[in-house]
Amino acid sequence: MKEKVVLDLSHLPLHATGTASLTFWGTSAFMLIEGSGFALAIAVYLYLMANAPSWPLNAPPPDLLPGTILTVLLLASLVPNLLVTRWAGQRDLRKVRIGLVIMSIFGIVPLVPRIFEFPALNIRWDDNAYGSILWVMLGLHTTHILTDLADTLVLTCLMFSRHGDNLRRYGDVEDNALYWNFVVATWLPLYGCIYWIPRL
Amino acid sequence: MNSSSTAQVLDVEVEREDLEPRLRRTWQSGKGIWGALTTVDHKIIARRYIVTAFVFLALGGVLALVMRVQLAFPEARFLSADRYNQIFTTHGSNMMFLFAVPVMEAMGVYLVPLMVGTRNIAFPRLNAFSYWIFLAGGLVLWIAVALDAAPDVGWFAYVPLSGPEYGAGKRADIWAQMITFTELSALAVAVEIVVTVFKQRAPGMSLDRIPVFVWSMLVTSFLVIIAMPAIMFASSSLILDRLVGTHFYNPAEGGDVLLWQHLFWFFGHPEVYIIFLPAVGMVSAMISPFSQRPVFGYLALVIALIATGLLSFGLWVHHMFVAGLPPSGSSFFTASSMAIAIPAGTQIFCFLATLWSGRPIFKTPMLFVIGFLITFVMGGMTGVMVASVPLDTQVHDTYFVVAHFHYVLVGGAVFPLVGAIYYWFPKMTGRMMSEKLGRIVFGMIFAGFHLTFFPMHILGLAGMPRRVYTYPPELPWSGMNLFVSVSAFVLAAGFGLFFIDAIRSLRSGKVAGPNPWNCASLEWATASPPPPYNFARIPVVQSRDPLWQASSELPVATGLRVDRRELVVSSVVAAEPEARESSPADSIWPLVAALATTVMLIGSMFSAWAVVWGAVPIAIALTCWFWPKRTPEDES
Repeated sequence: MKEKVVLDLSHLPLHATGTASLTFWGTSAFMLIEGSGFALAIAVYLYLMANAPSWPLNAPPPDLLPGTILTVLLLASLVPNLLVTRWAGQRDLRKVRIGLVIMSIFGIVPLVPRIFEFPALNIRWDDNAYGSILWVMLGLHTTHILTDLADTLVLTCLMFSRHGDNLRRYGDVEDNALYWNFVVATWLPLYGCIYWIPRL
Repeated sequence: MNSSSTAQVLDVEVEREDLEPRLRRTWQSGKGIWGALTTVDHKIIARRYIVTAFVFLALGGVLALVMRVQLAFPEARFLSADRYNQIFTTHGSNMMFLFAVPVMEAMGVYLVPLMVGTRNIAFPRLNAFSYWIFLAGGLVLWIAVALDAAPDVGWFAYVPLSGPEYGAGKRADIWAQMITFTELSALAVAVEIVVTVFKQRAPGMSLDRIPVFVWSMLVTSFLVIIAMPAIMFASSSLILDRLVGTHFYNPAEGGDVLLWQHLFWFFGHPEVYIIFLPAVGMVSAMISPFSQRPVFGYLALVIALIATGLLSFGLWVHHMFVAGLPPSGSSFFTASSMAIAIPAGTQIFCFLATLWSGRPIFKTPMLFVIGFLITFVMGGMTGVMVASVPLDTQVHDTYFVVAHFHYVLVGGAVFPLVGAIYYWFPKMTGRMMSEKLGRIVFGMIFAGFHLTFFPMHILGLAGMPRRVYTYPPELPWSGMNLFVSVSAFVLAAGFGLFFIDAIRSLRSGKVAGPNPWNCASLEWATASPPPPYNFARIPVVQSRDPLWQASSELPVATGLRVDRRELVVSSVVAAEPEARESSPADSIWPLVAALATTVMLIGSMFSAWAVVWGAVPIAIALTCWFWPKRTPEDES
């Protein structure tokens, strides 16, 4: 078939940024998948609760301290996370590097209260179904913290390498920050379920 | 801002006759085994997916024949009860998870980028990864079959049968982990298709110009994204119950066996539409050129696709009518199950109107479209019947249900799929399949199908239950069963002839040319088979049927680089060009990551710690996968 040239694209940028970028949409789609997973975990929790004669089932409610400390830490991490997003948008390499180091720390520090959260649940996964869903919810969320932490650490190394000063990397930093917001946002309903519903 | 400084070469800077060789050098996969293992070309990966899925179809078909031999006579001793349990479980699991879903997604992987006028699928390395994971999942199941250790708990693996108390050994774990493999691969492909459709459409292909097949793959992908986490949660929690002693499905410790059924069917019902909606898209694509008019009711069809997708999440409980649910719940799910007949009916009437107002040409693909209309409507009718609680209570777990879902799945999805292979084979291979053999294939498959499955309705009404390995001669089922078994061989012979036709045509079929059926969508604007870069110049879309409107000259865009893999990123609604984006180069890391994931998933059937140590190689492989390599593709 013969061609007729009707459009010149040579003026377009060599990389799509922000909400135009493919990775933004890919990250969003993965958040939808994982968000469905978290929603299901909560649905299972409520389903088991609806069937149980008492809740929590044969256990005292989880201790509040470690989970609440973790929640405060995660909420506090949103401030540097939003700053990193802004700095990446401004392509400010120096600030992005500092921000990523801070975010790496904010990825590691919550793991300390998280380690204490599991015994604070006051029940083991193999005691009963209530214990099982609690451990799965906490385990699922811990996996997400670890995944994003690994991603942040690799990205931090990358930004300190010769590959750092590149629009693509700034986009990666923005997507990574978006994903961390998701990790924090999904924790809040889980925190409510694990710690507060048993106290209602 | 550039991370490296290579000489940029635009397509307008090279002569037209040099353009395609230059593009080929940039886009072509490597040679030999290394090239085969590292390729990220969506067409090559989709071909592998399709061939692998059809191999699984053939293997699953052999299992079906083996079952039919066993059931042909009362009290037959061809198979033991245990073998029979393994075989019907493997048949169902294989057909759903290793054939139907992957083959539909694979057709999307091949066709969606071509139909939206782009050069590769979004996230092509993820695409390569998804194929290797799918292959590994298939091997896990079939190696278990060979070792006499296949799952024996039915394709929906109900607890407590599949739980730690009754499901001894590793059979149920193999089922559950096969699910994890195939769902991981399906989810990856769904993400790729969503992003390709949203962001890589050719300039001008606004939402109302997207081909119906592409719409169907988009809706399907969203169904996968929202439904499949449920089965992954279910299969993972089943493994946890079996391996580390959780109690999700143990009523003695606060668990609930019906929870399994809810989770399974919250996935399982959308699953039917994950298989069926791409088939609707295929029929929409095929019916148009063979009716010599655009498909009737484009908007109605697209809305019906979306409506079906939404409603499919509100039906799952109709699989559980006999499980003892509150009557109000049953009434609600009866109503919603009947409601889905409305969008399904809309689709059928749009197809009938297309045929009615067109000038039909009855080539092989069109024959399968007709076969689809007849068979799927029959399956839909029995679907409305079993949506009603009293009738469902009567026929639940009988051969009536076996007949119903084979009518819906084979009639609704496999007929369009086989038609689609006849239709797109010339595009994929450059050669036509035989029209003469095609008609025989259609006749054998259509007749063989109805002769096999229609009597099953009657067997079901006569009380024959599903999943029995034999039956006593006193029951009035033996004559009909023998008839069904003989007919099954006719059906299988039809598929055998289809495979022979495909293999023969690959070598000696008539050369097809770019557009042998005179079709309107963009995949027919390029050579058959398409070159590695799909389009030398990206088409510019000005109507819903671009090739029919541009009868002599195709509007195209220039200004892309030829020295790196470059494609156009466009806006979600209007498809206005936003950037020239690079497409990733070939890489071995998706394969390495898939191998590492396979080791972790298989290890986790035996020890929960495998998840911990298995994560380390996966993390290393993923880091190598994403680490920049100073190629032109990394420039921005």
